[in-house]
Amino acid sequence: MTSSQFWMIVPGNAILSALILFAIAMPFLYAARRLMHDFFRSVGNAIGGPLRLGARWLFAAARDMRERNKTVLLQHGREQVGQLIEREFERISALVTRDLEGYPALQRKLLEELTKVEEDYKKCGEVPPPPPSWTEAVTAIVRVKSEGNEMVQKILEEIKRSVQTIHDKAISEYRRAYESRHKILNGFMPFWRSLDKTFGQVDKKLTGLQDTSSKIDAQMEKYEQINKKTDKAEHALAVSAYTQFAIATLVLLIAAGGAFVNFWLIARPMSEMVGGNVYVGPMRVSEIAALVIILVEATMGLFLMEALRITHLFPVIANLQDRMRRRILWIALVLLVILAGIEAALALMRDMLIADDQALRQSLAAAPQAGRADTWLRDIPTGAQMVLGFMLPFALAFVAIPLESFMHSARTAGGAALVMLVRVLAFFLRVLGNLVRQLFKVFITLYDVTIVIPLLIERIVKAARSGGEAEESRPTRRAA
Amino acid sequence: MVKRAFFVVLLGLLGGAACSDQRNHSQAVYMLVDTSGTYAAEVKKAQVIVNYLLGTLQPGDSLAVARVRSRSFSEKDIIAKATFDDRPSQANVQKRAFREQFDKFVRTVGGSAYTDITGGMIQGAMFLNETGAGKKTILIFSDMQEELDKETIRSFPIKMNGIRVVAVNVVKLKTDNIDPRKYMGRLEAWQKRVEAAGATEWRVINDIERLDALLKS
Repeated sequence: MTSSQFWMIVPGNAILSALILFAIAMPFLYAARRLMHDFFRSVGNAIGGPLRLGARWLFAAARDMRERNKTVLLQHGREQVGQLIEREFERISALVTRDLEGYPALQRKLLEELTKVEEDYKKCGEVPPPPPSWTEAVTAIVRVKSEGNEMVQKILEEIKRSVQTIHDKAISEYRRAYESRHKILNGFMPFWRSLDKTFGQVDKKLTGLQDTSSKIDAQMEKYEQINKKTDKAEHALAVSAYTQFAIATLVLLIAAGGAFVNFWLIARPMSEMVGGNVYVGPMRVSEIAALVIILVEATMGLFLMEALRITHLFPVIANLQDRMRRRILWIALVLLVILAGIEAALALMRDMLIADDQALRQSLAAAPQAGRADTWLRDIPTGAQMVLGFMLPFALAFVAIPLESFMHSARTAGGAALVMLVRVLAFFLRVLGNLVRQLFKVFITLYDVTIVIPLLIERIVKAARSGGEAEESRPTRRAA
Repeated sequence: MVKRAFFVVLLGLLGGAACSDQRNHSQAVYMLVDTSGTYAAEVKKAQVIVNYLLGTLQPGDSLAVARVRSRSFSEKDIIAKATFDDRPSQANVQKRAFREQFDKFVRTVGGSAYTDITGGMIQGAMFLNETGAGKKTILIFSDMQEELDKETIRSFPIKMNGIRVVAVNVVKLKTDNIDPRKYMGRLEAWQKRVEAAGATEWRVINDIERLDALLKS
């Protein structure tokens, strides 16, 4: 008998042996039923309980984190909106200083023009006074009755002629007066135009002010919403943060591409300065040096943007006195220019090294020298490399702007992602906990299935007993 | 945040510089050129291999070319050797000088009576171990037919730990053409001997158009 068959009661027949062993074990299994049930329940609780507890803790942690994220988001949003409002007020202040500062002069000009117009208008209203006794004299003459009297007729004709002469003279004088008034009125036109222009300017400036005021109103409303901690404000801020995060990430990736190109421009010539065969881990020192130069350039760019107050990553720089800040600005700019110059030189050196390598390879291959391109054609890539080497550090300097957006929005985006992760983990733990508990319930059922025969016997015995007891209790009841 | 990142990078660089080791990344090649008997006529092909090596090896790498003569365990048999400068421009200057030295040797080479490959290999192993390079290779440009005079003793175990051995342009002799088993047996015997000496790899490259496998392990 081999060692694997030692348990076989019927040698060579594993199934029969197993059945016999099972039949022997069945009474013991039945006897241990309650204990085994308790054991399964305990194990199920021991494993499932902590899992459920962990799930609960994780859900609570996710809730806390969400609250904290909300607080941070609202605080950040409040700061941002506050800055925007501040900026708008600065704009209004600038508008008021620039435009309304000259308002007294404008008003004086308007008043002067109005006075002049009024005076001219008054002049227009002045007409030559009519002869005082004309009317009465005419009335008296009209009453005179000629009745064919030749003398009276003559006198009247003489009067008529005189009146006609005087009338003509008066008419011409009136015409002259009206002509002069028309001239004055004609002279109004430039004043009217000037007035119209001045009022137009005032209107434009006031409209600008009104626009800025409406912007401030909108921002103030947003600010109030944030202060009230409404869900709408939180949602708007979160969406804005995600958008910022996506845009900043995209721009940073583009910048990383630029940095990569920059790296390959200077990595090779750096080996001429620091050696091409010294390694730090898997990287050459020349490559690390190139990387450090690019990082230093990015840092200088960061300081430059900070000193210009475009970004606010370092409160220390933002809080510096203007004089000191300007010094830092100049230092960063000068260093950036120097580094850009070094990069341009390295790009040139790279081109020279490549040319030297090519020459060596050609001489080693003993191949006929390829016809050299025209000088200016050869110079184009060299020049392009140098320009790239000089320009890329400045382009990299602007990375500070998307970097700031990234840092600020990453808190929100990362926080939300972490909350989601914790929730998923909690859900997973909860499912696992329930699964374990249910699994051990299944084990209990399976255990009962294995001892189904003793259980059937038990049921029959119990039924018989309860039947006998019922038979015994029935006459008693009747007797009672 | 940026400050912290800067300090981490700085510490990393300092730590890295402290444990920087250029030997692990550099490689050294010792090439044995058989100049015995009729094989001396093949030396032009060796020139192609040397040129390939000069074009492939990087600054900081080492290269030595030695001839295989009747007794080759001698520094005098080294035709040219150089450890290329870390600066690429200087390394190119050294490569040009190396090439000129080898070209001069090719023009003046003469045949020898016997072929002491083992002596050359021992000399090569010593040279390679002295360079301390991370990757060491012995190239044997020979028909691998060793012939020693009566006084020369080479029948002892040699040590070539950590060295790759590549036999290049192992031409077939007249006797090999009559019975190819001799050729196979010769290569097999060398493989056993080299592997017993502790070499990391044994390889045969007969097609000099496929030299890219020379330095690849």
